[in-house]
Amino acid sequence: MSLTGFEVEVQRNGKTGLSTEEMTLNMGPQHPSTHGVLRFVVKADGEVMREAIPDIGYLHRSIEKISEKVGYHGFMPYTDRVDYVAAMFCNQGWGMVCEQLAGIEVPKRGEYCRVIAAEMNRLASHLLSVGTMVLDIGAITPFFHAFREREKLNDLLEELCGARLTYNYMRIGGVAWDLPPGFAERTLAFLDAFEPCLEEYHDLVTSNKIYVERVANVAVIPPDVAVNYNLVGPNLRGSGVDYDVRRDEPYSVYPELEFDVPVARGELGTLGDCFDRYIVRMREMSESCRILRQCFKQIPDGPVIAKVPRKFKPPAGEAYIRVESARGDMGWYCVSDGSEFPYRTHVRTGSFSAMSIIDWVSPGLMLADLVAVIASLDIVAPEVDR
Amino acid sequence: MQGFLDSLIAQGYFAGIPRDLVYLGGMLAFGLLVVLVFVLNVAGVTTFVERRVWARIQNRVGPNRVGPQGILQWLADGVKLVMKEDIVPTQADQILFRIAPYLVIVGFITTFVVIPFGSRLVIADMNVGLVYITAATSIVVVGILMAGWASNNKWSLLGGIRSAAQIVSYEIPAGLSVMPIVLLTGTLSFQGVISQQGWAPPDWFIFNNPFNFVAFFIFFTAALAEGNRTPFDLPEAESELVAGYVTEYSGVRYLIFFMAEWGNLYVIGALATTLFLGGWNAPPVTDNPVLRAVLEFVTFFVKSYFFALVAMWIRATLPRVRVDQLMSICWKYLVPMSFVNLLGVALWMVIFPNGARVVQYLMTLGGAALVVLFFRRVVQHWRRQRIRERGELYLSPLV
Repeated sequence: MSLTGFEVEVQRNGKTGLSTEEMTLNMGPQHPSTHGVLRFVVKADGEVMREAIPDIGYLHRSIEKISEKVGYHGFMPYTDRVDYVAAMFCNQGWGMVCEQLAGIEVPKRGEYCRVIAAEMNRLASHLLSVGTMVLDIGAITPFFHAFREREKLNDLLEELCGARLTYNYMRIGGVAWDLPPGFAERTLAFLDAFEPCLEEYHDLVTSNKIYVERVANVAVIPPDVAVNYNLVGPNLRGSGVDYDVRRDEPYSVYPELEFDVPVARGELGTLGDCFDRYIVRMREMSESCRILRQCFKQIPDGPVIAKVPRKFKPPAGEAYIRVESARGDMGWYCVSDGSEFPYRTHVRTGSFSAMSIIDWVSPGLMLADLVAVIASLDIVAPEVDR
Repeated sequence: MQGFLDSLIAQGYFAGIPRDLVYLGGMLAFGLLVVLVFVLNVAGVTTFVERRVWARIQNRVGPNRVGPQGILQWLADGVKLVMKEDIVPTQADQILFRIAPYLVIVGFITTFVVIPFGSRLVIADMNVGLVYITAATSIVVVGILMAGWASNNKWSLLGGIRSAAQIVSYEIPAGLSVMPIVLLTGTLSFQGVISQQGWAPPDWFIFNNPFNFVAFFIFFTAALAEGNRTPFDLPEAESELVAGYVTEYSGVRYLIFFMAEWGNLYVIGALATTLFLGGWNAPPVTDNPVLRAVLEFVTFFVKSYFFALVAMWIRATLPRVRVDQLMSICWKYLVPMSFVNLLGVALWMVIFPNGARVVQYLMTLGGAALVVLFFRRVVQHWRRQRIRERGELYLSPLV
């Protein structure tokens, strides 16, 4: 007696109905929407994911170890490569941790220059984030609109520090150069043109029914889970947790500036979904514009950099500072043994913790949602590995 | 076509050749002419037009290097793809992998057999034209599924399966939304459908009754989904499935897939024009048969290419839906709506056996009002966003 394939299947599984095998998919390291070299091992049942395990390490460049060999001043250009989309914050973090070790005070104008550069970088980074998120959902045009504005920002940043991506603008004790002549006017003119563009972006994307259907109620991260998984920055505020380093543990000149911290309220879906993370970034861009305007109004005259010896030898000790980067609370830790080289450096980045939650949110999502989740968590691959 | 050949035979040409053989020869000659001169070139030029239209929408320039205004870009792309190595993965199912693209292009080109470009310009005016075209487009899904399976690549397989599910599902609303036309005309022949419409908008079937108006949009949506166009381009969603079922293809075979896809845009437009927008009906301005044929052809081409442009516009504007949303759009909304439409048209024909002229004129006015409203919104948007002041408006199509 011979059995058909279906009967064999029934005997083996002891139940009627076809059972299918799970399919293991390798998403990345070469995949158009993994934003760099990321890899996910996805176990999928048809279109539904059973699990998605992130596989990190493809971009590990031993940046922390390099600091132990190149010294304090020499490490500044390397910090650009920690998060190349928001390099100013890494510059600032390294500068601040060294200043805390040596007890250096940055001149007021230097601090304002830092905040101006950092907030412009935040705009550029968020534009990239929301642009690629919409691109991953399948709409092509908003990406170009976002990049059009980002190019103008890059031009301004190039004017400021000579580079469009890896800025290397800040130094221990301040910034490398003062603002170029006419920079304030050009930046303010850009902001005047940029704010209507943000509105246009809301018109094009935020009110698009298909887009909202794709991101609302997808990959909901409740506030307690977000805190447990150590989400930071827009991802944390996207889950409704009202926390921003710039306001709650102020550094630099942020106490002198007036700004709101946008927190998601789950307007178009559940609190903590992909849409909330997107809308927090959009609103943060408006706040950054506000901060920039205030900075240009309040910036005092004076030197931009404190007197720092070329042979920088901070006293033995350790320091930990936090910067609100575009991807959230970025921690810089440095141990000095009194020599010219740091004894140990460590960077704690937002993308790393964002990466770890993908394992938690992915079961039960569709394959297409994984792309939306990665984009909404704004993961930048080099920041994960360093 | 048949009339033209009849007149040639009456004038003494083809003496001694059986009449059926002459018909066959005429059909083959005209068919080859259509495929070589029209179909392939339209598919090619459409790729260029699409890239330029996208570029203008996205504030870019687009291809403008090859030939004047880059108009020959499609030829350069074609030559490049022909010269590329045609890679067949060793682990692929060799035979299926090789023949899959041909099935896709056959499903696309055979639709042109019944598409009427003018009152005489049609390869074959079948009396089952509508059924034929539904059958012909169904071959495409076999080709795509074959490509997805034979590639031996999981992304390709997912793309192929998505495509099969999508095309099979959307064939139902597409078929049901052309049924009102069949009810109204009592024929399945395309020439029959067109000859019952007039050149003026009130005589078009889209404005014939409110149900047809809805049916038109259902048809267009379903046709976009069948043609794998955004927002339904899931089978080759590049951000999810790398390139879907074409992931492993290269060279000529890749070219064939994409020719079918872009040519399909024109087919969608041609079907919508034939069924709902009066087809080749042109205003009676001339009696010269040649001029008349040209006028009809131009009318038909402009109307159908307009829909190709709309599809490009949609592709540049909208995000992609998810698989479950795709299915729920089809089964929860489009299918029930098209059934209601079908019943509605049947009732309409019972109530107004000779049609309602007033309703036709009112609906034409309504359609015009919609267009006006749309342009008013566009102008308001310009003013509000100060786009003109920002200097970001380039209306000239030439760069």
